[in-house]
Amino acid sequence: MSRVGDRAQRLEARVTKKSFRTASGQGVPVIADLSFVLEEGETGALIGPSGCGKSTLMRILAGLDRNFEGSVHLPADGRVGMVFQEPRLLPWRSVGDNVRLAAPDASEAEVTALFAALGLLEHRTHFPGELSVGLARRAALARAFAIRPTLLLLDEPFVSLDAPLARQLHGDLIRLVESRRMITVLVTHDVDEAIALADRIFVLSARPSHVVAEIRVKNPRAAMTGEEAQAVAARIEGLRQPG
Amino acid sequence: MALRLLSLAALIGLWQLAAHFGDPRLLPGPMAVFATMESEAASGALFAALGATLARVAAAFLLAMAVGSAIGYAMGRNALIDRAADPWIIVLLNLPALVIIVLAYIWGGLNEAAAIGAVALNKLPVTVVTIREGVRALDARLDEMARVFGFSRQKRLAHVVAPQLAPYFAAATRAGLSLVWKIVLVVELMGRPNGVGFEINTAFQLFDVPLLLAYALPFTAIMLIIETLAVQPFERHVSRWRPRAAA
Repeated sequence: MSRVGDRAQRLEARVTKKSFRTASGQGVPVIADLSFVLEEGETGALIGPSGCGKSTLMRILAGLDRNFEGSVHLPADGRVGMVFQEPRLLPWRSVGDNVRLAAPDASEAEVTALFAALGLLEHRTHFPGELSVGLARRAALARAFAIRPTLLLLDEPFVSLDAPLARQLHGDLIRLVESRRMITVLVTHDVDEAIALADRIFVLSARPSHVVAEIRVKNPRAAMTGEEAQAVAARIEGLRQPG
Repeated sequence: MALRLLSLAALIGLWQLAAHFGDPRLLPGPMAVFATMESEAASGALFAALGATLARVAAAFLLAMAVGSAIGYAMGRNALIDRAADPWIIVLLNLPALVIIVLAYIWGGLNEAAAIGAVALNKLPVTVVTIREGVRALDARLDEMARVFGFSRQKRLAHVVAPQLAPYFAAATRAGLSLVWKIVLVVELMGRPNGVGFEINTAFQLFDVPLLLAYALPFTAIMLIIETLAVQPFERHVSRWRPRAAA
């Protein structure tokens, strides 16, 4: 395995093999020959059946799991921001402190602008336990953006949110992503979410997973008609294996 | 608070009543005990004894908490250390306090180090087990978050680990304080030339119950005050972020 910061502003992930050991000591392959590349400013969506190793791949990209065969080339300086499936805020610190602890170098103006963009200004002094689910996810987004990441990892950040709330957050996220030149990797099982947010969609197979197809979404997104979006969605659905 | 004071007053009333009907030599009334307390305080002997005992309680308590927390943390974090040290902890947990004290005095001599060491050793395994429980309950997901966001080791310890361990630390403090002061009295009774335990031994030799109570009660009161004014506020402080309903 290797995980290095590269000069170029691109993310190159090549995981040739990743397995888990069961209790009986057997190795179960989770990922086999999965590779993809994202250039500066691009958002890639990983979409695939549940249990296909998407979260495992994210842990590898985040540097939390180094026990794999292959290599990951991070964009230069490799500052990684991550939004997990759960907000993972420190419950004993205020929302403002949570962001500050993760991003001590961010300027006061920057943080305030971020809070304003995500509708968090009046919740800055609240403890995470006092926030609604949607607000807690916004706070997790604020934390990830505050560190000015060159690589942003979003592991199903909107799972279990109701549709209107998720759409609202999609809008906020698109605005924030487009205001930065970073690489974003989004794991999702929601085709519409992938089309709404990504430049490239990587459809993954069932375990052991690899990339079945790479689909480019027309950019800028606003130019895509409803029919075009439907056609992309139909193509992805056709490639997806049940699971 | 009012109910607590009322309950305490009822206890003293009951004591007065029992003393009234019983043998005053075996159970003196509150006034008689208070008079003895006053004369012991006037001579300075009471404060000297309280001071000596409090110093031993503080030393043994801090020693047991510091060493016990370190061992408990290591055992909670590392399965190998846990498996290796666990039998020792179980032996120590089940060794009677008296055996540890007698052995400490035989091996170490009748000195301060042996006395404090024996008390700390009695308290140690309880601290280890409590802190280990806390470390095992640490949220691995928050740990991952801290790693991804590049928290330094000190930052992780101060902002991620310590707040999660604080309730366990408070529980160990609360249980430890009452255990330590009771054992300190035994240690003093058996092999120290001063302190509340020593005075109680004297009272025992003289069959002087007022003297015994004149030393035991103020010390109990001091421990009660420490518990109310230091331990409980600490517990409230470390759990202030919890939603009210769950508290």
